[in-house]
Amino acid sequence: MIRTALQFPRVTRRAWNVWHRNLIVFVRTWKVNFFPPFIEAFLYLSAIGLGIGAYVGSIEGIPYITYIAPAILAISVMNSAFFECTYGSYVRMYYQKSFDAMIATPLSIEDVIFGELLWGATRSVMYVAIMLPVLAAFNVISLPASLLAIPLAFLGGMMFAAIGMCFTAITPGLETLNYPAYLFITPMTLFSGTFFPLTLLPPVFGYIAVIFLPLTHLVAVMRMSTLPAFSLSILLNLAWMAIITIVLCIVSINLMKRRLIV
Amino acid sequence: MSLSPVIEAAGLTKAYGTTVAVQAIRFTVRQGEIFGFLGPNGAGKTTTMKMITCVSPRTSGTLRVLGHDPATAPAAIKARLGVVPQETNLDPDFTCHGNLVTYARYFDIPQDAAEKKADELLAFVQLQDKRDVAIDKLSGGMKRRLILARALVNDPDLLILDEPTIGLDPQARHLIWERLRLLQAQGKTVVLTTHYLDEAARLCDRLVIMDNGSILVEGSPAELVKRFVGEEIVEVERNDEVLSCLEKAGIVFEITGDMVQVVTGSARDVARTLFENCRPRKMLTRPATLEDVFLKLAGRALKE
Repeated sequence: MIRTALQFPRVTRRAWNVWHRNLIVFVRTWKVNFFPPFIEAFLYLSAIGLGIGAYVGSIEGIPYITYIAPAILAISVMNSAFFECTYGSYVRMYYQKSFDAMIATPLSIEDVIFGELLWGATRSVMYVAIMLPVLAAFNVISLPASLLAIPLAFLGGMMFAAIGMCFTAITPGLETLNYPAYLFITPMTLFSGTFFPLTLLPPVFGYIAVIFLPLTHLVAVMRMSTLPAFSLSILLNLAWMAIITIVLCIVSINLMKRRLIV
Repeated sequence: MSLSPVIEAAGLTKAYGTTVAVQAIRFTVRQGEIFGFLGPNGAGKTTTMKMITCVSPRTSGTLRVLGHDPATAPAAIKARLGVVPQETNLDPDFTCHGNLVTYARYFDIPQDAAEKKADELLAFVQLQDKRDVAIDKLSGGMKRRLILARALVNDPDLLILDEPTIGLDPQARHLIWERLRLLQAQGKTVVLTTHYLDEAARLCDRLVIMDNGSILVEGSPAELVKRFVGEEIVEVERNDEVLSCLEKAGIVFEITGDMVQVVTGSARDVARTLFENCRPRKMLTRPATLEDVFLKLAGRALKE
């Protein structure tokens, strides 16, 4: 069972054809797709950064709005990849039967799923690329170090795409995808060192966050880049994310294969 | 045209847990023919198609499609295959033209060539007027035609169609039939499943009848009719007078509901005997069809 789940999938470059299909659909509706990141960055910065920030002042010597700016990026990376590869992929798989149509061509199911994962990560990259100018306009990130957020968005995007795809592979229906969305993503948004440092809470929260909440690591590396304030711990964060990403990409492809190939 | 087999299956079996969907079937599809799989729902036709199209792995037996094994070289097979699935799975995010171009991309066909091919194929299935129309604006028949066009984007050598005309009106069915014959004339091999017996009789050079996961018979439609039924059929109203009259004349008959069927080499002779001696009120004579074969075989299978 575990061996099948970890079997290395044979993915070919044809996965990009799946990615390309999603890109075309996305670009055609670009006005709808480009607006949310713009407005989201603006809303978070105004309400939490300026609003709540007025009372908080600064955290660890950093102005509050500057403290939360990288968290906004990290949360966007998480949401865009996770929701693309859960609800988005599930609709394409189950309702549109797109995967069935694709695997009648030289594409294999491994290609299809990896293409979907690549696409999820690409959504994250696009989201961050659109948000960065807004954050720069608010003068809450420093350049050019903050440009690192773009490759980090790809890594984080692959990680959350793979997490989402694992849920998509085992969910009985579209409604049950609400469980990971509310029980995993929402708490993670709040307890990953996003809007306050984890050191404020009892230590157990910190341990749980570092061990189990992937967003914690993404927020940490984003924050090091946007302040910028690098420390060696970035290597641990990156290694943690890289390992989880590789393992879950493999597992999600194998789980989907088990679901779709009978 | 050479007669090297396009599909060769022997002992081909598919089991889902303890349920055996396809049981050790053997068949050969030759180049350039239209080959049919006939059978009631649940006979194992779709499962067989899924194994041929490299979507569902076989449980046991051997299978070669276009010279390759689906278990080891699926991409090589699928590159030369055109598939019309039973379920409509067009991409709702694209127009008719967009669907064909997007599908062509999955075959690594360059964009320019794909766009040109898409327009040609839309004309081939008479959908050129719907080129830039969204999928959800199409009728059922148009969707089936578009799926046929989509199956042709890679100029396949082998076309696999699972219930290609299911739920279509007579006009749409005839268009699809005509197009399939045209494709056959272009040298393509066509494999289709159907439970419409008239469709099988019209289209197929050879066919197999499946039931309960097994192949019952194989042959050309005319051959099967001759072998299992006979040439002509007289149907006459069932009443005691007719029955005793038939028995007296020594004519072998079969009772089907409120009619009596007589299979014969010469319907005219039987009809004359009946008219002269039995005075039936209702009678008709007709050539035997595939449906008679099917009912005979499937009926027998049901009694087992």
